[in-house]
Amino acid sequence: MAKAECTPKWNTLALRNRKTCPTPEKSFQTTFTPVSKDKNSQTAGHLAGGDTQSSNGPSGQFLARESIESPSKVLLMLVAGLSFSTRLYMITEPPHVCWDETHFGKMGSYYINRTFFFDVHPPLGKMLIGLAGYMSGYDGTFPFIKPGDKYENQNYWGMRGFCATLGSFLPIFAYLIVLELSNSCTAAIIAATLLIFDTGCITISQYILLDPILMFFIMAAVLSMVKFNQQRYRSFSASWWLWLVLTGINLAGALGVKFVGLFVIILVGLNTIWDLWRLLGDMSLSLVDIAKHFLARAFALILLPVILYVTIFAVHFVVLNKSGPGDGFFSSAFQSRLIGNNLHNASMPEYLAFGSTVTIKNLRIAGGYLHSHWHLYPEGVGARQQQVTAYLHKDYNNLWVVHRQQDNNSQSGNPDLVRHGDIVRLEHKETTRNLHSHLHEAPLTKKHFQVTGYGINGTGDANDLWQVEVCGGRKGDPVKVLRSKVRFLHRATGCVLYSSGKTLPKWGWEQIEVTCSPYLKETPSSQWNIEDHINPKLPNISLSVLKPNFLEILLESHIVMFRGNSGLKPKDNEMNSKPWHWPINYQGLRFSGVNATEYRVYLLGNPVVWWINLASLGLYLTMVAVASIATQRGFSLGQQRIGGGLLMLGWLLHYAPFFTMGRILYFHHYFPAMLFSSMLTGLTLDILFRSADLLLHPPYSYWFQRAGQLLLLFSILYSFYLFHPLSYGMTGPLAHEPGSAMADLKWMDSWEF
Amino acid sequence: ICVSEMLQLPLVVTAQVDLLLVLVSLLAFWTRLSHLNYPNAVVFDEVYYGQFVSLYMKRVFFIDDSGPPLGHMILASGAYLGGFDGNFVWNRIGAEYPSTVNVWSLRLLPALCGALCVPLVYLLTLELKFSHLSALGAAVLLLLENSLIVQSRFMLLESVLIFFVLLAFFSYLRFHNAPSSWLILSGVSCGAAVGVKYMGLFSYLLLLVVASLHTWKLIGDKTISHMNVCVQSVHRVLCLVVVPVLLYVFWFYVHLSFLNRSGPHDQLMSSAFQASLQGGLSRITRGQPLEVAYGSQVTLRSSVSQPIPCWLHSHKVNYPIRYDNGRGSSHQQQVTCYPFKDVNNWWIIKDPGRQQLVVDTPPRPVRHGDVIQLVHGMTSRFLNSHDVAAPMSPHTQEVSGYIDFNVSMPAQNLWRVDISNREAESEVWKTILSEVRLIHVNTSAVLKLSGVSLPDWGFRQLEVVADKLFKAHSSSLEWTVEEHRYGTSQEQKEREAELHSPTHIDVDRKISFWAKFVELQWKMLTVKQEESEHKYSSSPLEWITMETNIAYWLHSSTNAQIHLIGNPVSWGVANLSLLAYQLLAVVYLLRRRRGLKDVPDGVWDQFVCLGCVCVGGWLVNFVPFLLMDKTLFLYHYLPALCYLYLLSPALLEHAHTHLLSSVTHQRALCVGALAVLLSIFLTYRTFCPLTYGSPELSAHQLQGLKWRDTWDILYRRR
Repeated sequence: MAKAECTPKWNTLALRNRKTCPTPEKSFQTTFTPVSKDKNSQTAGHLAGGDTQSSNGPSGQFLARESIESPSKVLLMLVAGLSFSTRLYMITEPPHVCWDETHFGKMGSYYINRTFFFDVHPPLGKMLIGLAGYMSGYDGTFPFIKPGDKYENQNYWGMRGFCATLGSFLPIFAYLIVLELSNSCTAAIIAATLLIFDTGCITISQYILLDPILMFFIMAAVLSMVKFNQQRYRSFSASWWLWLVLTGINLAGALGVKFVGLFVIILVGLNTIWDLWRLLGDMSLSLVDIAKHFLARAFALILLPVILYVTIFAVHFVVLNKSGPGDGFFSSAFQSRLIGNNLHNASMPEYLAFGSTVTIKNLRIAGGYLHSHWHLYPEGVGARQQQVTAYLHKDYNNLWVVHRQQDNNSQSGNPDLVRHGDIVRLEHKETTRNLHSHLHEAPLTKKHFQVTGYGINGTGDANDLWQVEVCGGRKGDPVKVLRSKVRFLHRATGCVLYSSGKTLPKWGWEQIEVTCSPYLKETPSSQWNIEDHINPKLPNISLSVLKPNFLEILLESHIVMFRGNSGLKPKDNEMNSKPWHWPINYQGLRFSGVNATEYRVYLLGNPVVWWINLASLGLYLTMVAVASIATQRGFSLGQQRIGGGLLMLGWLLHYAPFFTMGRILYFHHYFPAMLFSSMLTGLTLDILFRSADLLLHPPYSYWFQRAGQLLLLFSILYSFYLFHPLSYGMTGPLAHEPGSAMADLKWMDSWEF
Repeated sequence: ICVSEMLQLPLVVTAQVDLLLVLVSLLAFWTRLSHLNYPNAVVFDEVYYGQFVSLYMKRVFFIDDSGPPLGHMILASGAYLGGFDGNFVWNRIGAEYPSTVNVWSLRLLPALCGALCVPLVYLLTLELKFSHLSALGAAVLLLLENSLIVQSRFMLLESVLIFFVLLAFFSYLRFHNAPSSWLILSGVSCGAAVGVKYMGLFSYLLLLVVASLHTWKLIGDKTISHMNVCVQSVHRVLCLVVVPVLLYVFWFYVHLSFLNRSGPHDQLMSSAFQASLQGGLSRITRGQPLEVAYGSQVTLRSSVSQPIPCWLHSHKVNYPIRYDNGRGSSHQQQVTCYPFKDVNNWWIIKDPGRQQLVVDTPPRPVRHGDVIQLVHGMTSRFLNSHDVAAPMSPHTQEVSGYIDFNVSMPAQNLWRVDISNREAESEVWKTILSEVRLIHVNTSAVLKLSGVSLPDWGFRQLEVVADKLFKAHSSSLEWTVEEHRYGTSQEQKEREAELHSPTHIDVDRKISFWAKFVELQWKMLTVKQEESEHKYSSSPLEWITMETNIAYWLHSSTNAQIHLIGNPVSWGVANLSLLAYQLLAVVYLLRRRRGLKDVPDGVWDQFVCLGCVCVGGWLVNFVPFLLMDKTLFLYHYLPALCYLYLLSPALLEHAHTHLLSSVTHQRALCVGALAVLLSIFLTYRTFCPLTYGSPELSAHQLQGLKWRDTWDILYRRR
């Protein structure tokens, strides 16, 4: 839609002949009155006050369009130029692995090598990184073992450059969004300047990370949504559809990179509900029209993103077809898809027999292998016997030997098969302890009984006996490897072997709790399958395991991801960042280097920018409160609505949920919220400057406005000059030591540069 | 003249008594208060609250992170009325009370509050502008709810909380309907509700939201003058914000001024706080000199009490030459942090420029910025640090008691005193009050408790290091002088004897109420108790369908038992009305948006107000639990449930009057409602044995009461 930002506000025109655009363009002080040409523009006039953004009505904008296109374009070019140059400057420095590049770079390599891995984030971001690396000639051989490893001759610039390019779009998007929302170049320029010269935004864009990609999609989604809102008087036109579909695509992109994308989906969802509510109240629309609107949005904002999101996963699973480090997190059926996994085209004895060595996997999604090791339960946690846990990785301690009730020695001849109803004893191969349970409370799930390893060399007691039960089977059915769901019922207490999915504390090596549940309901948590099966006395038969269908894989990988995410608990000794630290820029993150001799990069926002943002939030709330009380009391402010509600909501949605999260949090989680906050600052400060004429008379108010803008610009530029080494690298002594270049800049004791 | 006129008037008392209200109140008292002292044993969480009641009786200081002190005070006042002296060991559920304990009075106040909830609900429905019949319905639902009865009859706090919450809403709505002085009562109840349990905060916030919506309407009313609007708004802010906050602080004021003896939780608090309590630390430190001087003998306590409080310590054992992982050490004397009082915790402050270890007359105080040496009292080693990696935290420097092995490792034993809570630049180092950092002069590293415990060679004491890269406001860097005396003996032997003797001299110190309040509040919010699953804990989603119960008490020899089980029929009615309201609200809203007004505006306002209070109340008291990481129990759902009981009859009345037009339908609804009420009464009767713990049921009968597979009902094997 038209860039109408430089038109005098026609509803205030009668009061003041004042321009709202700071550009030197003075040619169109023409006054015009809004002409109600058609039905649409009348509606515009009615609704302008009640919506999140102010619209001057299309009739005014068409008139003004010609004359303002050029300055706004020039400004946009300027923003783009500055943005790209600050982000791409020194992109290859430092030439070693920084911070989380060790994860995401490695995962990019996995895509190039087509190796299967497990990560808590959805795959799109890493896929794009891998693609960028592939296109720029990176061959996927660099191991990315730990931060600080030198890249040597690897082509890492492509991946970094790709992230930086996406990161460079952020100020441009911010500019466009604020322009759409406020119709004021000044506001847009302030927002863009804040982001361009923020050291934090620069640093986080310059490395191989998911954040620039995520923020790109978030901002793109918000921009398309705002553009779409502007199209509301041209329902179902081509541009209406374009922005609507673009919103949907970007939502899918945001969610495809990180689950944080969910917040922007909520933002768009709320906006859409509000929009539909407005349409519903519009009595000129028939119910059929409203249904059309609803269906169009449901298609573009729900169906389309879901399809795209699923497609991303489909590509992920198709590309990664080789066995890799993430196998153990998934079910046996899933693993059989992966080339190189021992279950791929597996060949093993078909039926479980006495004397076999097996691994036993829990059927709950992301349930581990039944596991034990040479460690006892600590004092005070049930009986002090050997721990039995569930473990997600493949390991020798996952091996168990199936024995008869009594005998220890394997007989000669063909071994007997284990059948439904048989009593077995499971001996842990490495430690020769028997799987055992008794009437003690389990360590975490207090309603269940404890499971331990007991006895030695297979000699134990009556509590070591378990009855095998094939789910859905009858007495005498054999146990099929991989395909049968098996339950183990404890003979003495009648409980069933169960994996609760809760993570044990440190003493249990953060493995998963295994208990014996007295509640006999059949759930995947109490069902197990036999995965590996070794018995030299039986013939191996090639097994084609039932291949899981795509939806099962999708569901399984999501549950595994959510488990992984909630499992990222803060460790005792690790530094833990708190959400309230973030807006005040309390503490940054070391991206690279600790000591004086190293090349150091420190992720920290430009304090001037961040503190201005913080102050503006307060200012915004005060202004809104004052303005709405005044309106409620019937004063006419003669001004447009402030219109930052959408941005405020965006900030809240991207910030407040972190307070309730139990997982470990980092400073960089605040950056999406910071984008919204900066845009809001642009809007707020612009209105503040313009409100000067409530107090001052025309020439002075104009001067005040200019002075304020210049002061703001100068302080941002100067602070960027001061703090730019944070992003572009520092060497030499640390800031609190004499002789450092950053000597006087350690304004807060908590900064560590 | 006036008097004579009055005398001519007939003396008339005109009283209107709502007989229904009186009746439900009486029934409420009967269901909640009868046989209150049965069972004569500790029931469930009485074991938890009881210990605090005992501490109150003995005026011993404690911290309870589960809630502010008003709840404990109410329970304690009940105990006080019954003459309880605090001499009872609350150690296990089911322990018999001795005859000296007046069980009835211990349980009286919660039961009274629980009983008063019933008439309050009646009145609250009336204030929501529904009929007396609806009010009766709500009161009966509450009256016959087994879980509320159980929760009221013991020394627990939920019924008190629910009482104050209902009172707050009732008095606010009464104020809203007819402006009067009821608002102040509403504020007081809010303060009390939050003071009983932090959960009261949810309802308080909801009340604030409702009040601000009403105020917003008031502001929009242009028939009222600006001045009047200002006055009204300020009045509301005063009553609903200022009063509760002041009250909340007041509860702590009473708590702190009442509990003035040292007790089991002392160690969690700072030295200054402890010194303000009678006994404990203050007994040791009473009479110590205030200003630390050269020659002072001191113990240095680490300000951080994680994992446990400890004192800077050294002993005649050296660091091993090589650690298990092959790294070398200086092999000098170990310096650790030791969690027990010990003679090896004593250090002497020495002026680097002079030899003597006694205090001059007059004493020369140590000030901020001074450089000192610290001499270990028993071994005379100097506190030293150097560029050797610390045993467990290799990125930091080792701290040792210096021994010269002649290996060109010179002594680096100068430390600068940095008082971090100083008010002036040349402040004197004060006992207990000053938080001090010791900065190593040669390397500018800071003496720090790393929080890691040493292996066997260090006797599992805590590691002390010097750290160059430190966070600014980490309390692991700060040390306070706890025990202190002026040294008088220059000779080592005499000094050892002196260190073994206790300290005396007289000075009095106090810290202000605000400092204590802030510290206590902060500790309550940050002290983390080990969260583990309880046998009867449950997750919030299980509450809606009442998947779990809680066994409160089981008779020591028979099958008589008490369970927290709700009335399943009422529970179902509550869930149904919640759903029905939401459905109806959505339909109404959509139709109104299209200009179809199903009900007149007055009725619509009433409907909205009902939703704000009841559905809103359910939401704010339920949804937050979904986000919590705590161990939760079924009784956390009871406040939310009460809101739903308020909702059900009102919604029924709404449907009756405004939705059903034909008389037959209305009659059918009435009959249905009566049938439901009857079945509620019958279920109440059925579950009575589990609610009151008598009569004893046979195993077979108990089996019959197990309406859900997931309920745990206990059978005694015979």
